Amino acid sequence: MSQDITTQSSATSSDDATEGTAATGQSDQGMGDRARGLWGRAMDSNGTRHLVFALAAFIAVVLVIETTSDFASFEFTRFGYYAIAAGGLTVLTGINGQLSLGHGAFMAVGAYTAALLLTDDRGTPLLVVLVAAVLTTLVVGVLVGIAAARLSGPYIAGATLALAIAATQVPLAVRSLGGEQGLTLSTPDIPTWVADVHFFILGTELGTNQYLAYMTWIVLIIVFVLLANLKSSRVGRRWAAIRDDEVAAELVGIDLGRDRVIAFVVSTGAAGVAGAFLALATGLAAPGNFRLDLSLLLLTAIVLGGLGTLSGAIIGAALLTYLPGYASDAGAALGLNSLKAAEIAPLVFGAVMVLVILLTPAGLMGEVLKRRAIRRAKKRAAAQQSASASSA
Amino acid sequence: MQQLLTLSLNGIVLGSVYAAFALALVLIWRSTRIVNFAQAPMAMLTTYLALVVLDAGLPWWLAFVAALLGGLAIGAVTERLIVRHVEGGPEINAVILTLGLFIAFTALAAVIFGSDYRSFPTGPFGVRGFRAGDLIIAITPFQIFTIIAVIIVLGALVALFRFTDIGLRMRASAFNQETARLLGVRVGAMLTLGWALAALVGSLAGILIAGGGLVFPHYMDAIVVFGFVAAVLGGLDSPLGAVIGGLILGMALSFVGGYIGDSYLALTALLILMLVLTFKPGGLFSTTKTRRV
Repeated sequence: MSQDITTQSSATSSDDATEGTAATGQSDQGMGDRARGLWGRAMDSNGTRHLVFALAAFIAVVLVIETTSDFASFEFTRFGYYAIAAGGLTVLTGINGQLSLGHGAFMAVGAYTAALLLTDDRGTPLLVVLVAAVLTTLVVGVLVGIAAARLSGPYIAGATLALAIAATQVPLAVRSLGGEQGLTLSTPDIPTWVADVHFFILGTELGTNQYLAYMTWIVLIIVFVLLANLKSSRVGRRWAAIRDDEVAAELVGIDLGRDRVIAFVVSTGAAGVAGAFLALATGLAAPGNFRLDLSLLLLTAIVLGGLGTLSGAIIGAALLTYLPGYASDAGAALGLNSLKAAEIAPLVFGAVMVLVILLTPAGLMGEVLKRRAIRRAKKRAAAQQSASASSA
Repeated sequence: MQQLLTLSLNGIVLGSVYAAFALALVLIWRSTRIVNFAQAPMAMLTTYLALVVLDAGLPWWLAFVAALLGGLAIGAVTERLIVRHVEGGPEINAVILTLGLFIAFTALAAVIFGSDYRSFPTGPFGVRGFRAGDLIIAITPFQIFTIIAVIIVLGALVALFRFTDIGLRMRASAFNQETARLLGVRVGAMLTLGWALAALVGSLAGILIAGGGLVFPHYMDAIVVFGFVAAVLGGLDSPLGAVIGGLILGMALSFVGGYIGDSYLALTALLILMLVLTFKPGGLFSTTKTRRV
């Protein structure tokens, strides 16, 4: 849907060049485009648009972190790493059409890597920890991806479901991973120059939770710019082609297996860095953090937000982070004890997931995009109609 | 020797439960081309139903029957009201739908019954093994009941599909919906019945796993994986394959659990699944090469 919109607008902007000699019917549109000027044309380039979004997002992140409490920063971090993982899963499921119920397992790989690097030595720089987490996850992702690329539909769902269940047992089998208790880790020290810069600009001390929130969201912005560029690139179009029709994609010369593995690996990389932040934020890498629920909830997030849209992944992650609090309160108000009230949120998630599939398979964001596309098409049709009426 | 015997018996018991669960998945797969991941929480809900009956002070057998009938009802309702709308649509929607049901049912049980571990009685059956001279035969009366119950249900299903009119209609619907409809079969009703029967078999597996063990909202989570692996072992399309696959998996997991450790069970299942899918994607008994387009 969004692809449609961008191709439309780039087609009209190329009209700009020939607009002087254009026939009467098109000149109306050309005028409209010229009025958008430099800004409009710059926004037609995907890369520039993504960078502008990224900058705006960063400013918003600074505002949010600086104006809210320490606990809010902690929750904001969680929102961030859920969104990173959901963004990765969106690429795999929404854009490439492969289902993974095992992304919790890849988050676990990233989390345990971070934990192993930070248990005895908190001096390891954060960047090293994150890169190591991503690399380890990529290695596991390649192995699983190669196996998964051969499978379709329910088979890949079942296999990754088995992976999600098996992953929680690995720490019980491998002694150095700390068993059921897991590994505790300490957050790396805030580099002095970061603290100094923060103090210099904002005049306040940088807390650990705030530091982690900043790091999570900076990584999130980078990851999302990369994923968005990838989505609108040649590779992204190949992925979408595979999703829409395997046979047709193969006939036009797309190597299904290779592209599937690439999509899987990209997606697991995002899950790995998300897992590392999960471990850093909670100070713990334990099997209990990566139960089947986590993998299923990530899937919920991308379905709720809208399969295939990166903004949908962020919306879904926000729901995942903030809805449970409200749902528990509502449950408590209904007279449930706290344990039962905590289950209201998953109940809502599951029920809404079913409803989304039944009513609007494109999800929340998909619905918005669809409405917008319809509105624009109507406007364009109306403009064309009035133009042809006046020329007649 | 003692351990070998114990593990083998245990493997057969486990295997028959996996077989029942795999059979439930296969029944649904054959008729609607959907792998019903929500089978596990559906069975879990019916086990809770049995617990409610037991809490009311009613006899064990009544609870057992209540669970099976509950399975029948929940299967029929789920198919008719929810799943019907995604049948024949994109595969991924159906899978996501059953996962949504998975999450919702599990949470529903936790909201209604709480997340505490509860023990499930074995009713009239004991949980002590037998002794033959020096040899302890580590199979309990409840485990014998498990095997017999699975065999009875299997036999009943075979009889239904082979020898009754309604079984023929169901087979026709699964074989080709269009043709069956033209021949006057009410395909929709047959699909609902198929889901109901599958959920009944799933509920049986749920009770058999629960008996003598603990019940909590997630107690069937691993079973859905094992059942799926067993079904894929047998080819996902063949009821007999599902049963044999279940027995093979039960044996394999019993030996791995006994000789290596319980924490390797899910990993073993994953390994078996990947091996089968890599080398024999059509199941152990597939002869013709299938090409999925």
